[in-house]
Amino acid sequence: MLNPRIIPCLLIHKNGLVKTKNFKNPKYVGDPINAVRIFNEKQVDELIVIDIDATVNNLEPNYNLIEKLAYECRMPLCYGGGIHNAKQALQILSLGVEKISLSSAALNSPKLVKEISNQVGSQSVVVVLDVKKKFLGGYEIYTKNAAKKIRIDLPSALREFQELGAGEFVLNSIDNDGMKNGYDIDLISKVKKHISIPLTILGGAGSLDDIAKTINKFGIIGCAAGSLFVFKGKYNAVLINYPNASIKKDILKMNF
Amino acid sequence: MIGIIDYGLGNIRAFSNIYESLDIPNKIIKSENDFEDVQKIILPGVGAFDYAITSLRESLLLSRLNYEVLECNKPVLGICVGMQMMANNSEEGKLDGLGWIDANVKKFNLDKVDIQKFPLPHMGWNKVTNLTENELLKNLNNESRFYFLHSYYFDEKSSNDAIAQSAYIEKFTSIVKKNNIYGVQFHPEKSHENGIQLLKNFSDL
Repeated sequence: MLNPRIIPCLLIHKNGLVKTKNFKNPKYVGDPINAVRIFNEKQVDELIVIDIDATVNNLEPNYNLIEKLAYECRMPLCYGGGIHNAKQALQILSLGVEKISLSSAALNSPKLVKEISNQVGSQSVVVVLDVKKKFLGGYEIYTKNAAKKIRIDLPSALREFQELGAGEFVLNSIDNDGMKNGYDIDLISKVKKHISIPLTILGGAGSLDDIAKTINKFGIIGCAAGSLFVFKGKYNAVLINYPNASIKKDILKMNF
Repeated sequence: MIGIIDYGLGNIRAFSNIYESLDIPNKIIKSENDFEDVQKIILPGVGAFDYAITSLRESLLLSRLNYEVLECNKPVLGICVGMQMMANNSEEGKLDGLGWIDANVKKFNLDKVDIQKFPLPHMGWNKVTNLTENELLKNLNNESRFYFLHSYYFDEKSSNDAIAQSAYIEKFTSIVKKNNIYGVQFHPEKSHENGIQLLKNFSDL
């Protein structure tokens, strides 16, 4: 039986590791390579690393850093940030990264998803959508670290990207980012019925119980978290952590 | 000496990193001459079938690789699409495979399952169950978990060639072996301790 995935998500800002709240106020939490080494020891299921500077500053992906990260990772790595053509995607995969993630580039030019997945295979193409609740229900998609609203409704975007060959969606809740108030369960329910590729939810996990509840309700799903795995305690002291094998077994047992 | 084929895709560095940490001699194969002192070969892979086959052909390593594997009988380990390339063909692409093992690569059949429960690609940690004595899984518990990332699976003509299987949607072959030719559908280079043990076992063959 396939296990649901529990995934730390790391944000890179000015070459350091940061954690945001509602996509704002990045707080420095440490060195990315060091964090990867600790997550290796903790045997995490997968790792997502997003460079939050690359797209907004119109920078090339930092291949040097990506190569170092991929070299250290003993687990699958998904990299996102600043990828806007197939050549960049291929270069990143050739550095030893399993999956690349696209967000604003895919929204600007959806056919890029097809172009990249035709070459690298769907399994390596992740589309990350940053979403925010609308005042009167439903969700809106944003890019550029929540600064730019996109005028495509969420269900049609999901269907289109899936059609074009996306292999996974990461749905990132802007409202819940860094709030540790639990995942947006309503968002997952709304999204899941439209898609047949793996879904990873990000934003809001404040405890392992939030993850357990989500897995219990939705079965095969990726549960990603930033704050939960880099902060400890109510004062948010920086401490990289991850459930050990027996705790993880308990979390997964609820469903399986 | 373990040789890791570099044809532009797959986690070449991840393999060499693991073998370095185990103090096992290894090298990256970029040209025919690099095969000289190599006793075992790893054929990595991440990517679509046709793209992988085309890249391997364009690397100009293929004829020498065929010679090393089929004439010199050096052990070879194909990873993910590296395993799938060993088949005759794939439903994912139009090009011919290497044909080292009589097999076709097929897409998972979604007709009878709830796609909500079984999203594709098959992505994550799943069990690998021994079908027979299996030197690649030596010193590992039966049903150890490895990381999978694929939508197509290896369907061999002779069931003797399957030495371990996994289940997702249906049972499928996750380790294949024919003489000196081995293939694993999962990614040992990204499967923590279990993967490291498997790569060590391959080097001990």
